[in-house]
Amino acid sequence: MRFEGTDSFVATEDLKVAVNAAVALQRPLLIKGEPGTGKTVLAQEIAKALGKPLISWHVKSTTKAQQGLYEYDAVSRLRDSQLGDARVHDISNYIVKGKLWEAFEAEAAPVLLIDEIDKADIEFPNDLLLELDRMEFYVYETRQVVKARQRPIIVITSNNEKELPDAFLRRCFFHYIKFPDRETMQRIVDVHYPGLSHLLLHEALTSFFELRELPGLKKRPSTSEFLDWLKLLLAEDIGPELLRERNAAKLIPPLHGALLKNEQDVHLFERIAFLARRG
Amino acid sequence: MFLAFFLALRAAGVKASLREFLTLQEAMAQGLAGFDVEHFYYLARATLVKDERFLDKFDAVFAEHFKGVLQPQPEATGEVMPHDIPQEWLEKLAERLLTEEDKAQIQSLGGFEKLMETLRQRLAEQKERHQGGNKWIGTAGTSPFGAYGYNPEGVRIGQEGSRHKSAVKVWDKREFRNLAGDAELGTRNMKVALRRLRRFAREGAAEELDLTGTIRSTARNAGYLDLQMVPERHNAVKLLLLLDIGGSMDEYVHLCEQLFAAASSEFKHLKHLYFHNCPYETLWTDARMRREDAISTTDVLHTYDHTWKLVIVGDAAMSPYELISPGGAISSWNQESGQVWLKRILDAYPKAAWINPAPERLWNYTQTTRHIAELMERRMYGLTLEGLDQAMRRLMQ
Repeated sequence: MRFEGTDSFVATEDLKVAVNAAVALQRPLLIKGEPGTGKTVLAQEIAKALGKPLISWHVKSTTKAQQGLYEYDAVSRLRDSQLGDARVHDISNYIVKGKLWEAFEAEAAPVLLIDEIDKADIEFPNDLLLELDRMEFYVYETRQVVKARQRPIIVITSNNEKELPDAFLRRCFFHYIKFPDRETMQRIVDVHYPGLSHLLLHEALTSFFELRELPGLKKRPSTSEFLDWLKLLLAEDIGPELLRERNAAKLIPPLHGALLKNEQDVHLFERIAFLARRG
Repeated sequence: MFLAFFLALRAAGVKASLREFLTLQEAMAQGLAGFDVEHFYYLARATLVKDERFLDKFDAVFAEHFKGVLQPQPEATGEVMPHDIPQEWLEKLAERLLTEEDKAQIQSLGGFEKLMETLRQRLAEQKERHQGGNKWIGTAGTSPFGAYGYNPEGVRIGQEGSRHKSAVKVWDKREFRNLAGDAELGTRNMKVALRRLRRFAREGAAEELDLTGTIRSTARNAGYLDLQMVPERHNAVKLLLLLDIGGSMDEYVHLCEQLFAAASSEFKHLKHLYFHNCPYETLWTDARMRREDAISTTDVLHTYDHTWKLVIVGDAAMSPYELISPGGAISSWNQESGQVWLKRILDAYPKAAWINPAPERLWNYTQTTRHIAELMERRMYGLTLEGLDQAMRRLMQ
């Protein structure tokens, strides 16, 4: 059961090693990288490749670690008690299972994605240490211990908005998805748009990497944005000739809205185009 | 099993723990690395490095440690002639190693072509003089090549043409160099660093439902609903920001703007004031420093009490007189010297830090920077992610 990438995901050699090591040793895998390099997609692809169900837990700034385990719905119980509902006598009626519990209970070991763990409070990862280590937790309200039937494959993504605590990091494997080089990019495009004209791809890649190299860009376009842009180029039926037209007036690539997401960047680009036209 | 490598990593500042080392052993025992050194590299990287800032260090240590294992010994390359070195390879090497100043220097030497030619010749000469030696170009001295020495990355000059490409191993590419910790900062990164400076408190009007409190008091109330409210939780840290402006600070304006933007969105209680080179009896509320914007420093010290945390941003580089003698200020006549004022300010605010946008390696070259760092009791930090982080930790202590 080795992860070798899928027909819709290009995995580099180092990524494969990291994934397989994490699967074999049953440790969580922490994934970082520029936005849009396929961190979240990776978990979906691992699930697909290994034929396992995927459980995703999307973390927000308000998410608490406890919510991943279970929540005690005190408000419902309060309301039921005021209305005299019979359910109120059994506290387990008000225990709402979280994603981690779901993953622990699953028949076959699932892939659990904890997405954007850095969005939550700084203490969030610490609160999950024991649960991820021992794969069990205790429910105070019903006095039961929930234990994982099989250890799920855990993939954690981070956008680096907060630093993660050392104790948490020690327990993980780590992989930094770096921005793909031209060759890898070509393979990625081949996977997503098979049969794309070679010429168009060549020109598009050239424009794209030129754009990324432009100094002073606030947000450099990412892989997913490049794929969107290609889709647009195809939809608008823009030929490679148009992309290749390097005369100054056409310096801005067509449909650049898919690549540049910031008015300052667009402005910068237009200014450079203007200078080029004058020069 | 690779204990020396592990220790070398730790010595280089990659904070790998024993637990991670044992994980690596476990993975090796399970045969995850196979017998492929590249797989071993990936595996070791995934286990031992947990922060992309250390990836570059890891690559460097890995290259250093496994150099002998992976690359031919000097004897083996002995008979290869230097003129076999392909042009492309040399250019690539130079590109990777040259700084902006070096490039300017190249121009003065007559362009890249000329330099390459000289480099070839130099290689040939040195080859003749150091028979079988493994170090052809020195790293010191006044030779134009001295500036970039040839081999900081464990790449050997003088292998056969066909082997040059394979000579640069994955780790030798050092692709993660720009992720190293002291790299440039964006507003977003700064905000994250500033976020360390948080002390949550509930103050003011009760506007939020206190769920636990409501449940507790409802239970006490024999089951009849008794709503409890609490004030909203917010960051109660108060920050007094003093910014040096003009003169030698001009080149850091952009950086300081970013810091200010990040700080003003992060702190509810933020007061910023400006000074020039060193704070004296007057501070300004506006960067233009007009007369009507002036505010007396004594007033500031009285208005904002010791619960405020003080952050001074400045390069601390000035003429020594501006700091140590009365009347030394360049903008006006000051009764008392800059250091007296600085001490007074520091006495008023026990929680203080000085953030210096100038590169840390230059601090020791200016007398006043050293002096101010002493006055600050070494609480001077660089305007880098790491420096900001340390400063914020210090302020929270």
